[in-house]
Amino acid sequence: MAIEKKPRNAMPVQDAAVRARNFEEVALGFDLETAQAEASRCLNCKAAPCMQGCPVSVRIPEFLRAVKEGDIEKAGRIIKSTNSLPSVCGRVCPQENQCEKLCVRGRMEGPVAIGSVERFVGDYMLNVKSEPPCAPTGKKVAVIGSGPAGLTCAGELSAAGVEVTVFEAFHRPGGVLVYGIPEFRLPKRLVAAEIDKLKEKGVHIELNTVAGKTVTIEELMEEYDAVFIGSGAGLPMFMGIEGENLNGVLSANEFLTRVNLMKAYDPDSPTPVIHGKNVCVVGAGNVAMDAARTALRLGAESVKIVYRRGREEMPARKEEIHHAEEEGIEFVLLTNPVKVLGQDGWVSALRCIRMELGEPDASGRRRPVEVPGSEYDIPCDTVIIALGTSPNPLIKNSFEALKTAGKGTIVVDDDMMTNIDGIYAGGDAVTGAATVILAMGAGRKASKAILKKLGIRE
Amino acid sequence: MYKILKKRTLCEKVNEYVIEAPAVAKHARPGQFIILRPDEEGERIPLTICDYDRDRGTVTVLVQEVGYTTMKLAAIPQGGSISDFVGPLGNATELDGYGNVALIGGGIGTAVIYPQAKHLKAEGRPADVIIGARNKSLIMYEDEFRAAAKNLYLTTDDGSYVRKGFVTDVLKELLDSGKNYDCVFAVGPMPMMRAVAEMTRPYGIKTIVSMNTIMVDGTGMCGGCRLTVGGETKYACVHGPEFDGHLIDWNEAINRGKVYRSEERRHVCMLTGEKE
Repeated sequence: MAIEKKPRNAMPVQDAAVRARNFEEVALGFDLETAQAEASRCLNCKAAPCMQGCPVSVRIPEFLRAVKEGDIEKAGRIIKSTNSLPSVCGRVCPQENQCEKLCVRGRMEGPVAIGSVERFVGDYMLNVKSEPPCAPTGKKVAVIGSGPAGLTCAGELSAAGVEVTVFEAFHRPGGVLVYGIPEFRLPKRLVAAEIDKLKEKGVHIELNTVAGKTVTIEELMEEYDAVFIGSGAGLPMFMGIEGENLNGVLSANEFLTRVNLMKAYDPDSPTPVIHGKNVCVVGAGNVAMDAARTALRLGAESVKIVYRRGREEMPARKEEIHHAEEEGIEFVLLTNPVKVLGQDGWVSALRCIRMELGEPDASGRRRPVEVPGSEYDIPCDTVIIALGTSPNPLIKNSFEALKTAGKGTIVVDDDMMTNIDGIYAGGDAVTGAATVILAMGAGRKASKAILKKLGIRE
Repeated sequence: MYKILKKRTLCEKVNEYVIEAPAVAKHARPGQFIILRPDEEGERIPLTICDYDRDRGTVTVLVQEVGYTTMKLAAIPQGGSISDFVGPLGNATELDGYGNVALIGGGIGTAVIYPQAKHLKAEGRPADVIIGARNKSLIMYEDEFRAAAKNLYLTTDDGSYVRKGFVTDVLKELLDSGKNYDCVFAVGPMPMMRAVAEMTRPYGIKTIVSMNTIMVDGTGMCGGCRLTVGGETKYACVHGPEFDGHLIDWNEAINRGKVYRSEERRHVCMLTGEKE
């Protein structure tokens, strides 16, 4: 039987010229009718290849069928049984490399827009009362960090009747979801609403608490039956080139934290941020796109992404690159900074060298090679470095027994347990900078191992 | 919320706050710092810990009114609360192994050397303390230091108290008169710490300074606090805040302190109604 052709429903977005100057969400979301139409495109494949692509194994065909039938709450419960933050994942997951990549419809008119439907369901669920947790087990677990890994772990444990306390270093919970990802991609009210849901379930959150400083790991081990470390990625990396400490050079972490967490986009916020006129962002991952688009929204006249490899090699999501380009971000590719030039202590230009692609390197991507004598200067007043992070030494320094790998990432076994019995870890603290959903997958895996270890669930 | 148990004005625009923060007090050691926000919409500001009382669960900080956030903080009375107070951050001072220590405080930095003075006194090796201020009214903790120091030397920029001169003048005189120090620990404005480091350099005396840089999170995440020490980039929050004063790129550090100056001025004007 021939399969009926149904074109993929596009996500409606704010007009590029308008959104480039505001912090409102770019993607506007499906309405019920579109969500149902999109869900009805699912072929309900028996093997459900889409699920293989999901780090938290959301039962995708099942929830899509519920949406198709108009039972959004049922769809929500199906998603929530394996994914505690659907409104977040629907927005920031790289679906094109995960579930949607494996969708059979992808070989026809385009994969089912699983992420967009998940987002619709996730937002709907924010107004639905959560299911009550299981009876208390009397067990207590400490979770370090309230980012995607920690929140997921806390949510799963709490649902199983564990008393969970989450320790967050910042004054607001959410980790990278609040300090890193900009409002225009992930509205903060959604993150706050998801966290309120967890609190409703009984998760306790201690703010202003730096594990290893305000409370030691030893103290946590004494008071709790298990500890999960989801402290996230660490120190922003710089290039190590001359002029990098000039005023006007800053990490994407600092720039985004000032704007997102400290609300520096609001001129009335007491936290200052650099309002660059001509901005260069070094790097081409999702964080680089976020920084570039944020600089544009703060009023920059020109924003350039400077990247040493080519278009195909850019690690950011295609959708983010596309959105950035539509908004007017320029891409200066096959170009590598060699020096930051300054005047009176401030950045005046970024000296770059052109690159060409050589043989593939360890990552499988073609290695960029300098073109001799091709240096040139890009005049600018701000340089934002978005080259990833190296693990934070803070927890390791305060707790030397914890085993870390060469670069400082925490070493865990197949159950996400560290070398210390009862201490688990997951997310960027273990993998180095990665995605929200991988961190959530790790938090979920650890929660299962903890429940087993505490004899609560097999 | 963190309660202000005690607040007193030490001198013009400088207030001492005793904050109820038992977890911070329990783990604090001399040389570490905290970050606070006065209110829900406030900026995060790093402040070095001046004192702590583990039994009472309190931490003492000194705040000089210099900008928008510190002015807002100054408006909160004793008995009131501030919304956030996190710490202790950074590493503790390492003064072990030094027999003769000189502690030098400039301006509000004076408060920071007080826990060291107490600590060294308790260890039975009290330090010489040199304190400098612009004028007599800005000298603080005089009685406390008199009790904790081996010798206390005071100086004022304008000569309105004890003598006229900078802390470096006093230090040079002491060294030239035959005093010997294994280590100098200096805390104050960056130009003062640089002057001390330059003064001790030819004498080859180990000189430790505490870097009060710009920062957001205080846990290594933003990199705003970075500085060059011995040719390497270091983060004041996780690698410091104390560094070898002879190895710091002072021009760079002082320049970096000015990054947000124009925005900060605008914020103060918003509060005071002054024209920019």
